[in-house]
Amino acid sequence: MIMNAQQIDQQTLLKDEKDPLTHTPVHLLSLENVGKHYGNIIALRDVTMAVDNGRVTCVLGDNGAGKSTLIKIIAGLHQHDEGTFRIMGEERKLSSPREALDSGIAAVYQDLAVVSLMPIWRNFFLGSELTTGAGPFKRMDVARMKEITKKELADMGIDLRDVEQPIGQLSGGERQCVAIARAVYFGAKVLILDEPTAALGVKQSGVVLRYILQARDRGLGVIFITHNPHHAFPVGDRFLLLKRGRSIGYYEKKDITLEELTAQMAGGAELAELAHELEQLGGHAEALNEVKTEAAAVAEVAPEDTTVVRD
Amino acid sequence: MTHTATAPASTALDERIGRRSPFQKLLGRPEVGALVGAVVLFLFFSLVSATFLQPNAFATVLYGSSTIGIMAVGVSLLMIGGEFDLSTGVAVISSALTASLTAWYFSLNAWVGVALALVVSLGIGFINGWILVKTKLPSFIVTLATFLMLTGLNLALTRLIGGSVSSPSIARLDGFDSARAVFASSVSIGGVEVKITVFFWVLLVAIASWILLRTRVGNWIFAVGGDANAARAVGVPVTKTKIGLFMAVGFCGWILGMHNLFAFDAVQSGEGVGNEFLYIIAAVIGGCLLTGGYGSAVGGAIGAFIFGMANKGIVYAQWNPDWFKFFLGLMLLLATIVNLIVKRRAELK
Repeated sequence: MIMNAQQIDQQTLLKDEKDPLTHTPVHLLSLENVGKHYGNIIALRDVTMAVDNGRVTCVLGDNGAGKSTLIKIIAGLHQHDEGTFRIMGEERKLSSPREALDSGIAAVYQDLAVVSLMPIWRNFFLGSELTTGAGPFKRMDVARMKEITKKELADMGIDLRDVEQPIGQLSGGERQCVAIARAVYFGAKVLILDEPTAALGVKQSGVVLRYILQARDRGLGVIFITHNPHHAFPVGDRFLLLKRGRSIGYYEKKDITLEELTAQMAGGAELAELAHELEQLGGHAEALNEVKTEAAAVAEVAPEDTTVVRD
Repeated sequence: MTHTATAPASTALDERIGRRSPFQKLLGRPEVGALVGAVVLFLFFSLVSATFLQPNAFATVLYGSSTIGIMAVGVSLLMIGGEFDLSTGVAVISSALTASLTAWYFSLNAWVGVALALVVSLGIGFINGWILVKTKLPSFIVTLATFLMLTGLNLALTRLIGGSVSSPSIARLDGFDSARAVFASSVSIGGVEVKITVFFWVLLVAIASWILLRTRVGNWIFAVGGDANAARAVGVPVTKTKIGLFMAVGFCGWILGMHNLFAFDAVQSGEGVGNEFLYIIAAVIGGCLLTGGYGSAVGGAIGAFIFGMANKGIVYAQWNPDWFKFFLGLMLLLATIVNLIVKRRAELK
């Protein structure tokens, strides 16, 4: 149902990023110089980014970089106090997660997704169960719910053994994917994935990354939050790097390489500082040399003059 | 599992699902441990007691089971919803006392007292649930407090209003006979008198099973018991579900309270203490997980039936009833261990 319409969107947007109906340039979601402070603590400042249909925007940063604050603003849990936040070109301030959901923005959190003792199909429709019949005989349409669950998950590339199985028996990656498929089925246009690969092994991470691409190919705008550039680079179209609540770079994929991304994340300055500390301690010659080489390598590839995307 | 490419979803049977016989499927149900226990106990008492299998004796066993089972329905649902209620035993008596004392004091029609008792029973459930969700205190503390307060209120108000530890007789009030017919009559089936509570019990189990397995609310009950935060995040009304469950327990307490009252014409105000554990035991024997999110209404019913069989069976076997509590404890332990083993084995298959 959504498929056709959004594939058109996707192609159109890939060409000139214009709304296919009005032919004016518009992003599905855009932030311009957005900032947020709690009392006198500045959690986020001057963040600019955009999300489009069929594109993946990656938000990278270490712990405390402001990633959580950023997604909380987009998911309606917090409100920004500076800058503008637009959905389909319209300036908005979301007051609750419900309002975000109604605007088509769904967040999938790492652990807050499913009730592990319940069967997969019950989880899939939890809170939005399909019913049939009326009055006291109003009941769940179990057969249809099972069928839809199986089909939707198959479309995401998850081949289920049995939708009756408790969701707790699935692997972490699969559980994450059920949550993603659920968000997609219930009409999400923007999908926020909060560190979906953080607790997963190499293979499982690969599975989740593939589902991110599946969601993208179905025409969704995806915001992928991670601290791992190796996960972000293969799937991302745009990369926003955060550090200490500030944007330290916003790149199109064509403007940056994985090495540069990693270097930016790792931070040449930190490595230099570590080298200095080791020098003062003395007696760590071997380690010191390694850190120094590393720091030099980082400094070399760091993209000083890369064009920063401004919308 | 392996993450190979998508297979057509419509295939009727996946090759990765090993063939499970209907028997193995049965073993995966929450109430199966209790069922095994019930069958064993049934055979045991049938062998040691000549009278156990006689229709009249069996009707008595069913009656004994129903007085526990009616409450076990509500308590099972509540336990699946992740909470438990220590005030149920005395709340039953509070309900009966409300009906008898108000009807007697104001010389009202007995049915007015019955209606008021329903309001009070649902009210107690509501207050339990409301305090729980507002304070986020564990249900153990909240309902323990309610238990103590109701115990005191039952004794104090009965003495204050009626002047005795027992509520005054309401046998001569209007509507007493019709209320007795509804709550405490017997139905003759093939010459055997079966108490009406048995039918209430069966009806409640059927309704509870329907709600649990086939309605949205049932889905929510499993969800709030399994993981309240996850449930809230996907839009399940956690607060309403929990309060509703406590009120359902109140409703069951009202039915049993009315039976206790109209089976005679008065209630002892000190009764009911300790019964709350019988209801919880029935639910646990029946396979409801104490931590919530798993169980069934039928399981609670089987738990109550085990209780009824043991209770009356000891009498029919002409043993000293002093042993009853010991057997109850032993059965609780055995049934839960069997539950655990059966569940693990079924999940491995």
